[in-house]
Amino acid sequence: MLRVESVVKSFGGFKAVDGANLHVNAGEIVAVIGPNGAGKTTLFHLLTGHLSPDSGRILFKGKEIGGLSPHVVCRRGITRSFQVANIFPRLSVFENVQIAVLSRERKTFRIFSPAKGMAEEEVHRILRSVGLFDQRDVGSDLLSHGDKKVLEIAVALSGNPELLILDEPTAGMAPEETERCIRLIRKLSGESGLTILFCEHDISLVFEIANRIMVMVRGATVAQGSGEEVRRNSEVRSAYLGESGEC
Amino acid sequence: MRRSAAPLLLLLLTATLLALPQILPRFHTYVAAIVLLTALLATSLNLAIGYTGLYQFGHAVFYGVGAYGTALMLTRSGMPAPIAFLVGPLAAAALSLVMGVICIRLSKLYFGMLQISLGSLVWAVVYRWYSFTGGDDGIHGIPIPDAIASPKGSYYYTLIVTALCVFAMYRIVRSPFGKAIQGIRDNPVRAAAIGVDVKLHQLASLVIAGFFGGVAGSLFVVVENSVFPDMMFWTFSLEVLIMCLLGGMYTFFGPFVGASVIVLLRVFASIHTRYWSLILGTILTLVIIFLPDGVLGMFVRRPRPKESTGA
Ligand SMILES: Nc1ncnc2c1ncn2[C@@H]1O[C@H](COP(=O)(O)OP(=O)(O)O)[C@@H](O)[C@H]1O
Ligand SMILES: [Mg+2]
Repeated sequence: MLRVESVVKSFGGFKAVDGANLHVNAGEIVAVIGPNGAGKTTLFHLLTGHLSPDSGRILFKGKEIGGLSPHVVCRRGITRSFQVANIFPRLSVFENVQIAVLSRERKTFRIFSPAKGMAEEEVHRILRSVGLFDQRDVGSDLLSHGDKKVLEIAVALSGNPELLILDEPTAGMAPEETERCIRLIRKLSGESGLTILFCEHDISLVFEIANRIMVMVRGATVAQGSGEEVRRNSEVRSAYLGESGEC
Repeated sequence: MRRSAAPLLLLLLTATLLALPQILPRFHTYVAAIVLLTALLATSLNLAIGYTGLYQFGHAVFYGVGAYGTALMLTRSGMPAPIAFLVGPLAAAALSLVMGVICIRLSKLYFGMLQISLGSLVWAVVYRWYSFTGGDDGIHGIPIPDAIASPKGSYYYTLIVTALCVFAMYRIVRSPFGKAIQGIRDNPVRAAAIGVDVKLHQLASLVIAGFFGGVAGSLFVVVENSVFPDMMFWTFSLEVLIMCLLGGMYTFFGPFVGASVIVLLRVFASIHTRYWSLILGTILTLVIIFLPDGVLGMFVRRPRPKESTGA
């Protein structure tokens, strides 16, 4: 479904992503792990059009998507969450999700019909599925940190993506929030067969839910495979797992 | 504002506005008309600044172009008046589109600065082009159709057009488009990531704001029978901006309230222009310090999250 080949991105001479390779098959949960500063976020920005690659190819369903605008990438079927929760702070929880649904339905140029009640059933269904239904009228900036991140996932889901990309979905969450978020990711993959690509630096979590793992160090892919394979890989042990003291 | 009280309040307001010319002397009727059209102008600016989050610092230019467009059509074209009243706002919308295309690639403050520069360019042309725009003298004695030429007639015309335009804008901010631009205001990166073409929506919003600003300008022609270049000078843009801030730019009727207060202050304090900027500056300072959300913004209550946030 997604194929990344030798992608490079540098910021003024510094190569943040330096020869990343990755593939994601339909229905999989794939994780990218790597220490802070490894280039995970930069790689995701390249996939979703927030940055353009200097070289290399990014193919989604066989077509090049590198360098497209973010809104075009979204319409091709990829939506995402950001490392720092990225929501519409002045709007209610309901409206946050509603805009995403209306955008997917290409209705955002309707200027006279009232938005109130539009797509209500679907928005409610999405909010129920992520557990934010009771908070639907709350100003989204007033939510707890964990709920904001969950809301952002809900917003990303509202685009009916074929591939959902999550940048450190549990970063900064309390343990029970993390627990809940993992259950949500599992549910999305299990129930609706959604393809998910996410990154984390908390690796215990990654082994728990990912079908496949790609390890990134200093911008480059150093290993790829199942959890077991990655665990056994000596390069990974020295470069990452050893360093962080976990595992 | 309580939801249940809103219809009653609206009815009361409508009745008052309709009765005003019957009870007020001629000059005060004129002032009331200026309040209305300035409120329309401020509300139109707020589409861009409060609802779309664009630093629209040169809004008076669209007001001025709407007014000059209408005035020139009335004095020089020989076309029927209704066409003149449409051409002014359309010219403002067209200018808004052109300036928007040029400025939109810049972000935040730079957008605003470039807009002021381009606006000053338009102002300079109007100010200098004596043979066409009357230069710094402006255009006076503009022929207005009889039905709306009297003070009462022009007041009612202004009231009706303002009401229609404000209602249209009210519908717009509640439409899917309105939600989308508010999303863009809150977080353009997020908006793009859910498939919203950010620049296209911003541009559309600017054109709509420019159009309604132009309508306010055409109303000015009817009420004042004249136009002059100062109405599109950047200082007036700033004054309209202060109206939005004072009333509350995250509320729909805030700019309406802000415009009423500022216009009435300007007229009835009947202060020399020299002191006027001092007063405006003081108001702005006080608003920024004590009323960051504006007068109406104080009354907005947002539902808070429930205590327990279990799954
Ligand atoms: N816009 C940018 N300009 C310059 N350097 C950047 C930029 N974005 C990221 N970097 C650098 O690229 C490296 C990779 O960052 P990032 O992709 O955020 O890593 P990760 O998400 O894996 O923690 C870091 O060293 C960071 O400082
Ligand atoms: Mg990161």
